[in-house]
Amino acid sequence: MDLYSEIILDYYKNPRNKGPLKDANAYSEEYNPSCGDKISIQLKIEDNKITKANFDGIGCAISQATTSMLTEEIIGKTIEEIKAMDTPDIINMLGIEISPGRIKCALLGLSTIKKAIILHKHA
Amino acid sequence: MLNVEEIRKQFKILDRKINGKRLAYLDNASTTQKPHKVIQALTDYYENNNSNIHRGIHTLSEESTTLYESARVTLQKFLNAKLAHEIIFTRNTTEAINLVAYTFGEKNIHEGDEIIVSELEHHANLIPWQELCKRKKATLKVIPIKEDLNLDMEIYEKLLSEKTKLVAVTGMSNVTGTIPNIKKIIELAHKFNSKVLIDGAQLAAHTKIDLQELNCDFFTISGHKMLGPTGSGALYGKEELLNEMPPFLFGGGMVLHVTQQETSYTGLPDKFEAGTPNIAETIAFKSAIEYLEEIGMENIQKHEKELTDYAIELFSKHKEVKIFHPENGGGVVSFTIEGIHPHDIASIFNEYGVAIRSGKHCAHPLIERLKIPSLARMSFYIYNNKEDVEQAEKALKETIKIFK
Ligand SMILES: Cc1ncc(COP(=O)(O)O)c(C=O)c1O
Repeated sequence: MDLYSEIILDYYKNPRNKGPLKDANAYSEEYNPSCGDKISIQLKIEDNKITKANFDGIGCAISQATTSMLTEEIIGKTIEEIKAMDTPDIINMLGIEISPGRIKCALLGLSTIKKAIILHKHA
Repeated sequence: MLNVEEIRKQFKILDRKINGKRLAYLDNASTTQKPHKVIQALTDYYENNNSNIHRGIHTLSEESTTLYESARVTLQKFLNAKLAHEIIFTRNTTEAINLVAYTFGEKNIHEGDEIIVSELEHHANLIPWQELCKRKKATLKVIPIKEDLNLDMEIYEKLLSEKTKLVAVTGMSNVTGTIPNIKKIIELAHKFNSKVLIDGAQLAAHTKIDLQELNCDFFTISGHKMLGPTGSGALYGKEELLNEMPPFLFGGGMVLHVTQQETSYTGLPDKFEAGTPNIAETIAFKSAIEYLEEIGMENIQKHEKELTDYAIELFSKHKEVKIFHPENGGGVVSFTIEGIHPHDIASIFNEYGVAIRSGKHCAHPLIERLKIPSLARMSFYIYNNKEDVEQAEKALKETIKIFK
């Protein structure tokens, strides 16, 4: 069974960077109405770069594990680099095929992070 | 007793392998598979009779019209409606309910009036009434469910009043399988001169319906949930009500006299069937009904009850599983597994060839009321067998193992 790889299950069961981030300066939340998944993101952005990232949320293993992995992946990246991230980057990071029915779950974290960056710029 | 093995031969799709496994199709509450007979009826129609109806006088048009109208009579008899023209063909239940909201509703619901729905409703039988209430400054009241997942009939009685103009309730929940006591709901509403619409999208697929006995004012069905093609469905309405209602859609096929500025409309059922309808699908839906009648609705109900009981027996052995199903519910078994999201459950079930639905099932308020983010759901039909249920239990065991 490929979708539920060791790594995804590991991040789902032992999420990294889950919970509040005290000195965050960028926030956002997203919600997937079809499955009820919720993700909130808290970032610390300094000099156009992500220095810290935390998330919180409820939802399926794919959405939660992917988001948790992303909170590690994006550290040190510039805002432009994150804005340029897209579906292939997520699939690469996960290292698995994702069916069209589940791709939304895998992309929820990234879109929430992008939203936090946009909101931060306008703050 | 159903001869399930004989029935399964009519459904070629059941031979498909999904991820190398035999297909256990347990998503029947969404839409059912179609038997060979129904698929053949579509082909036959297109290859032999295809033409527009009620228009031409050439042979093909006459044949098409006869076939289409005979489907109406078949459905009338199947539901035991008094008159064939009380059956209005629609694309599905959603369209049938919107038809009532925009015609009966626009005409008869006024400021201060009340519409009653239940907490079990599919969005198709909720949102049209919310919107109507908004337009008319009317109030939407809701019959709650009890802990046992049945409707609280005491509260229903209290909600009813002279202000109640319409009660719109499902005949069977697509989430919990709850089968409300619609006979009693209808009787009580009529004491207050309220009209009653029964959303029969689920109920009609699994139970013998006798509309004259039930005495509801409106009843809706979706052909695709009962072996028919997508795009086939119907609204039943009592003749005197349909006669008083204004048309829903305007255009061809529903007019008596048209001048540049004024139009008068035909009678039933054409008044509500403007434009070229789903002719082929409706004719093939007739084949589906004939097939269901051949098998017998009582037999179908018994068969589904056996599978439902068996599924509950197998699934409730696992302590991580929580089942949402009332006593004497229909063939729908919704469940959660502790710590595992229903989307993940459905993905892993799919790996094992088991097709189930996960999510909120177009019933957000009900899911909210059950205090869960979403649900996994198995739903049964005539071609399902014990092997399907056992395959689902195997998938369940694997799901639990993967997430251990
Ligand atoms: C109880 C109930 N009502 C209404 C509907 C809507 O049916 P359709 O999508 O065919 O309009 C459904 C379909 O899932 C249903 O289960």
